[in-house]
Amino acid sequence: MATPSPPSAAAAPEVEWARRLLEGDASAFTPFVESIQHRVFQYTWLMCGQREDAEEVAQETLLRVFENFDQLQDPARVRAWVFRIAKNFCLMKRRRSVFAPERELSLDELLPGTEDVARSAQLEDRGELPEQRLLRAELNSVLERALRQLPDTYRSVVLLRDIEGLSTAETAEILDLSQDVVKQRLHRGRLALRKSLAGYLGGNGEVKPK
Amino acid sequence: MTRHSHSHHAHGQRDPRCLEIFARLSEYLDGELDEMDCRLIEEHIQDCAPCVEFLRSLRRSIEAAHTYAAQVEPSQLPPEVESRLKQAWQEALRRRKSA
Ligand SMILES: [Zn+2]
Repeated sequence: MATPSPPSAAAAPEVEWARRLLEGDASAFTPFVESIQHRVFQYTWLMCGQREDAEEVAQETLLRVFENFDQLQDPARVRAWVFRIAKNFCLMKRRRSVFAPERELSLDELLPGTEDVARSAQLEDRGELPEQRLLRAELNSVLERALRQLPDTYRSVVLLRDIEGLSTAETAEILDLSQDVVKQRLHRGRLALRKSLAGYLGGNGEVKPK
Repeated sequence: MTRHSHSHHAHGQRDPRCLEIFARLSEYLDGELDEMDCRLIEEHIQDCAPCVEFLRSLRRSIEAAHTYAAQVEPSQLPPEVESRLKQAWQEALRRRKSA
């Protein structure tokens, strides 16, 4: 069974833009700013759920990044650096328990159940026919809901690892966790996500995580 | 979340061999297990259809997460913010040169 390939952090275009910005190349400024703004906005949006917060965190992060740009030693680490700053601004903004209550996810509750009985191969289709575009939008909103139902501690790990494509080591550094804790939370977060999505794919809508 | 399946395959019945690998499937998919642990999993799933099915659905949902993009977009940065950013960048570059 082939391993899924996450968007590679090493090949992230931000790394190249950051390197050029360190050399004073102004043509890298706008693409870098736009990309970081989108990524940080998306992270904060899923963590805070308030549009104004997500806009503000993205702007504050960008300002802090450029104010300290001379301290960026290694452009390859730019995304971890940016997200560490963003995470801290995001924490300051946090209105408590916006979505899911904070709690431990146990492996036991994440074992497969009846939601697996009905299954569809929809997600295996990667081509974009018109009806699949609709499916993609639908999948996005199902994913968003499922992500928000994850307790924060799992959600932040899933966002950084599977959506941003950062490594275990980078995620550990951003969130001040050990790599083992990152791996454990990622696994449980993914299992919970799988459970929510299996309900969607089965179309029976019976899976309603608290 | 305490709903249990009774109509389902052996997996739902907590086969200890399946449970053992259950906790490590993400590491397996991420290629983070050493060769020995990897082989243990592969040997097990060779004749365990429920585990193969489970692994497939886990993999599919991870791939779905890779494709996620927020449906809400940030608004364009106000020009005064953009020029502040540019200024901060240029000052940082000057400090870097003189350091
Ligand atoms: Zn098994």
